[in-house]
Amino acid sequence: MSLVELRNVSKIYRLGGEEIRALDDVSLDIEIGEFIAIIGPSGSGKSTLMHILGCLDSPTLGTIKLDGLMIHDASQTQLARIRNEKIGFVFQFFNLLPKLNVLQNVELPMIYSGKNARERRERAMHSLKLVGLDNRMKHRPSQLSGGQQQRVAIARALVNEPKIVFADEPTGNLDSRTGEAILQLFRDLSTQGRTIALVTHDPEIAAVTPRRIEIRDGKIANQLDPKLSGLDRQQSESMQSADL
Amino acid sequence: MPARCRRHVVNLLNSITVGLKEIWAHKFRSVLTMLGIILGVASLIAMAALVKGMENGLKAALIEIGGIEKVRIEDQDILPNQLHLSDQAVGNTINDVMALQQSAPLIKTITPEMRLPRAIISRGGKTYSPWHFVGTWPNALEMNQHTIEHGRMFNEIDEENSASVCVIGTGLRDELFGEPEKVGREINPVGEVIIINGMPFTIIGMFKHYESEADKKLRELEKDKPQQETGPKRSRGWGSRGAGNSSFVYRLKNATIYIPLQTMWVKFRSASGVNNAPDPRLSSMWIKVRGIDDLESALQQARNVLLTSHRGIEDFAFRTQEDWAEQINSAISNARLSGGIIAAISLLVGGIGIMNIMMASITERVREIGIRKAIGADTLSIFLQIIVESSVIAVLGGIAGLLASAALVELLVILSPTENTPVITIESLSFAFLASVIVGVLAGLIPAIKAAKLNPIQALRYD
Repeated sequence: MSLVELRNVSKIYRLGGEEIRALDDVSLDIEIGEFIAIIGPSGSGKSTLMHILGCLDSPTLGTIKLDGLMIHDASQTQLARIRNEKIGFVFQFFNLLPKLNVLQNVELPMIYSGKNARERRERAMHSLKLVGLDNRMKHRPSQLSGGQQQRVAIARALVNEPKIVFADEPTGNLDSRTGEAILQLFRDLSTQGRTIALVTHDPEIAAVTPRRIEIRDGKIANQLDPKLSGLDRQQSESMQSADL
Repeated sequence: MPARCRRHVVNLLNSITVGLKEIWAHKFRSVLTMLGIILGVASLIAMAALVKGMENGLKAALIEIGGIEKVRIEDQDILPNQLHLSDQAVGNTINDVMALQQSAPLIKTITPEMRLPRAIISRGGKTYSPWHFVGTWPNALEMNQHTIEHGRMFNEIDEENSASVCVIGTGLRDELFGEPEKVGREINPVGEVIIINGMPFTIIGMFKHYESEADKKLRELEKDKPQQETGPKRSRGWGSRGAGNSSFVYRLKNATIYIPLQTMWVKFRSASGVNNAPDPRLSSMWIKVRGIDDLESALQQARNVLLTSHRGIEDFAFRTQEDWAEQINSAISNARLSGGIIAAISLLVGGIGIMNIMMASITERVREIGIRKAIGADTLSIFLQIIVESSVIAVLGGIAGLLASAALVELLVILSPTENTPVITIESLSFAFLASVIVGVLAGLIPAIKAAKLNPIQALRYD
């Protein structure tokens, strides 16, 4: 069983009588432990896809199954619960709360899952250690560099042990060297067995993942799947290095 | 504790912390917002204190004149259908008193009164006209709530002997002997002789000085001030120290002179009626019923007795204090209503202020709400957070309002001293505080619903 099963999903907006298909009949499976990139130019529908995969939005048509749960008919409260427990988000603009310090920002998801103060603290510290920021716990986000802020955001995404982490242009707001470090962090996390989906418009960034899905006009235009294309792992890695 | 429940408790505690932080982050804005609640709560408490003070003052005055159980039986014009019997009407006499004493068990006490209007009392060239110059029985002391300060009340022996003795109120002492405040020492006129309508009377007792609590305070304050004599000595007219609607009760009570009923009859009435015939009629009779619940039946009983002794002619009427008590109650409820409306309006304005600021707050925090939703805050959590934040403002404002109300009441006492000292009660404090909490919750309602309904995707994109 796949972690995520997307079947014939469409997202349709109506703008002044005109029908806009942000997603058009997309089917997609993501396995546990996969490191996948969703790539496409802006307006292609990749963000909509991520929102639906991340349970921020629900599809107009089609079904989505996450970790064995049917999502498409869940209530707002159930969706919030699923986001809280099974999904981690990393955003382009970090989206940390400026009035909370680093530790409190990382603890935030656990407040909504009702963990007690000691457990919150322990797990937040563990999560911060994972991204190498355990020495900045009392700092405010504004006192950190962009790269550090993004690490805090990643720590926050990981703190509830989600089934899958979505990263939406995680390097988009960083210089290339810091961006590379963040990508390296994702690669390390992937090696530890976490399921990660990178959403980006940049093929260079997408090149760090073994599996890539290209979205164009709301449809899957192109797929690079090591299993489907018959390439073995070695080949796909050599292709990666060629891309880089 | 089940996980679902714990989630909300943790969330609630966190919301309170976040709320306090938000307030701290916008100190000036929050204080301005709270000001509305502070004023609302303070005015609510001040109004309640004023009304309570008024209530206390009026009730004290009511007790001072003898309470609601006291009823006066007075003369009444003969009814039209009995006019032909008018020459048979005798009016109220001492016979009626005896009859009531024997045949109306629901009446606890009865006191006859024989008044002499326009009495002139003089001593050493000074004259004085009392409000009440009354011949009565010793039990008038109890009936009219008098307290003897110096000397004694006249007794049955004085009554029997028609002794020329009198018991005076402080009004006479002030006029004929001087006020203690002005003279600078306590004056005890017991044993002195005064002339009442040309006849000498010995003062055997004096009542205490009756005054409202506020007047007493005022007088004690003035006592400490040095006496300043500026310009010619002058009387300041018929005003009391603290002019007000119940102080006349005290003033009239102080202008009382009692002599034995028998003395009044012998010295002033036996040869003063029409054509110098003796006039045995009483001016009035005061009765006190056993309990206020028995008032109706006691009056019926008294009426039956009096109709018998008056040969069926109804030339008497009962005057109760019920009207006055009702007036007091309606005055209090009117004051309470108008005060309540004013306070409610200020609280409403305060609430609108909070709502306004919460609206602004959620607008500038759309992104924050989006983030919270993305990481798992459900609709209820966001709703609670905003409600808690607005309640925290209201509660802090409420507490500050409680403190401010104490100062406000002090200020009111200084600005407009009345005979009714405002009284802050625990009930008004807790009610005002509760009202501020309710206002906070209500004011947070619309912003909270608005925030809870935000779409997380749009909220995350919001700049």
